[in-house]
Amino acid sequence: MRSLLHILVLAALVAAGSLYWLSRPQVLAAGSFADSIGDPERGQQVYLAAGCRSCHSAPNGNDKDVLAGGQRFPSEFGTFVAPNISPDPEHGIGTWTLYDFANAVQRGVSPSGQHYYPAFPYTAYIRTEPQDMADLWAFWQTLPLSDAPNAAHEVPFPFSIRRSVGLWKRLYLTDRWILTGDLTPEAMDGRRLVEALAHCGECHTPRGTLGNLDTARWLGGAPNPTGSGTVPGLTPTELTWSASDIAYYLESGFTPDYDSAGGHMVAVVETFAELSSDARDAVASYLKALPQRD
Amino acid sequence: MKRTTIPMAAAAAVFASTALAQSVSKEVKARQGQFQIVAMNLGVLGNMARDNLDYDAEAAQKAANSLLGVSMIDPALLWVEGTDNGSIVGTRALPAIWENNAAFLDRWGAFAAAAAAMAEAAGGGKEAIGAAMGQIGGTCKACHDGFRAP
Repeated sequence: MRSLLHILVLAALVAAGSLYWLSRPQVLAAGSFADSIGDPERGQQVYLAAGCRSCHSAPNGNDKDVLAGGQRFPSEFGTFVAPNISPDPEHGIGTWTLYDFANAVQRGVSPSGQHYYPAFPYTAYIRTEPQDMADLWAFWQTLPLSDAPNAAHEVPFPFSIRRSVGLWKRLYLTDRWILTGDLTPEAMDGRRLVEALAHCGECHTPRGTLGNLDTARWLGGAPNPTGSGTVPGLTPTELTWSASDIAYYLESGFTPDYDSAGGHMVAVVETFAELSSDARDAVASYLKALPQRD
Repeated sequence: MKRTTIPMAAAAAVFASTALAQSVSKEVKARQGQFQIVAMNLGVLGNMARDNLDYDAEAAQKAANSLLGVSMIDPALLWVEGTDNGSIVGTRALPAIWENNAAFLDRWGAFAAAAAAMAEAAGGGKEAIGAAMGQIGGTCKACHDGFRAP
């Protein structure tokens, strides 16, 4: 009897230890960016395509490039509040290194080794290239500072245990592309935008019980996370617009019926409008290459 | 980002038959019709700018004038209290329209200014229309951002 108890206690300790080990933050190799040189001009294109300011600009702020944070993102797991990520050394991320920045963006790990919640779409950004990070960080140094203090996330137990995000990442953080197969160069450019940078799937793909993207229904449309209604699907099954209609929508916000974008999509269109027409055409080409759904 | 306003208009029409909405249905229908008129005329201008339609100065001017006409409709007649999407079915009008009415009217004023610019530009060729479309589109998005449900 006594020995059985010993075995149970030992098994519990092993299980707890394994979970702890499995949930540890996975970071990029030390010295990853030792020789990197960033190009701020290219970094600005990465910045726009990644939509950083769509979530990190102040709510109703006039200058969208002041990344003061404060926008709220309700979810089934609690409400996340976007932090100040301006280059301010005290309230923002001004004291970070490029390595810190890339770990945050591509791995969802803070400089102190804490997991970020996947409301921050590192599950998409993990597919970006190291040079994207170097360029983006070079551009970051040109952004205005904000001294807005950070607000805490409103996330109840058990999701308040950040370490558990490590287990979630084991299941759902992958750098594999979702659309594979024979793609034109233009559709591949579009894939980089849609799957890696612009993180379209975060709203346009339905989620599973753990808040993971249901990639079997990739871009198939989903309930609106921030209120009533649904976010439309983007595969050729749901979105029957021509490629030129899609590109024009991303530029102007006008649908083929000349209704106009609303809600969070307004911020998305505003950044896409600043990208090149090649970028908008590439997104259209990618969406047209998605498989039809039954 | 809903793609069509037709289901909304249909829902409003159905809803109009119930007693609850009878007093407001006319205003809701009128403002939804107003946006349909805007969309139809933007369709003429936008399709000319995009080369989906041959440029025709007279047709372009008529479309622009229609936008200008809609922009002159007094919003106070259409946006009556109690017709937000929390109070009635069949509208995407957010309560913010009434809670933050000065900002809402300001956005409507921006549309009026953009419509006036389009009326100036419409006779000047498709490039001029394209630029004016950008201004109008900006005012649509600016209002839909905080005053219309998705």
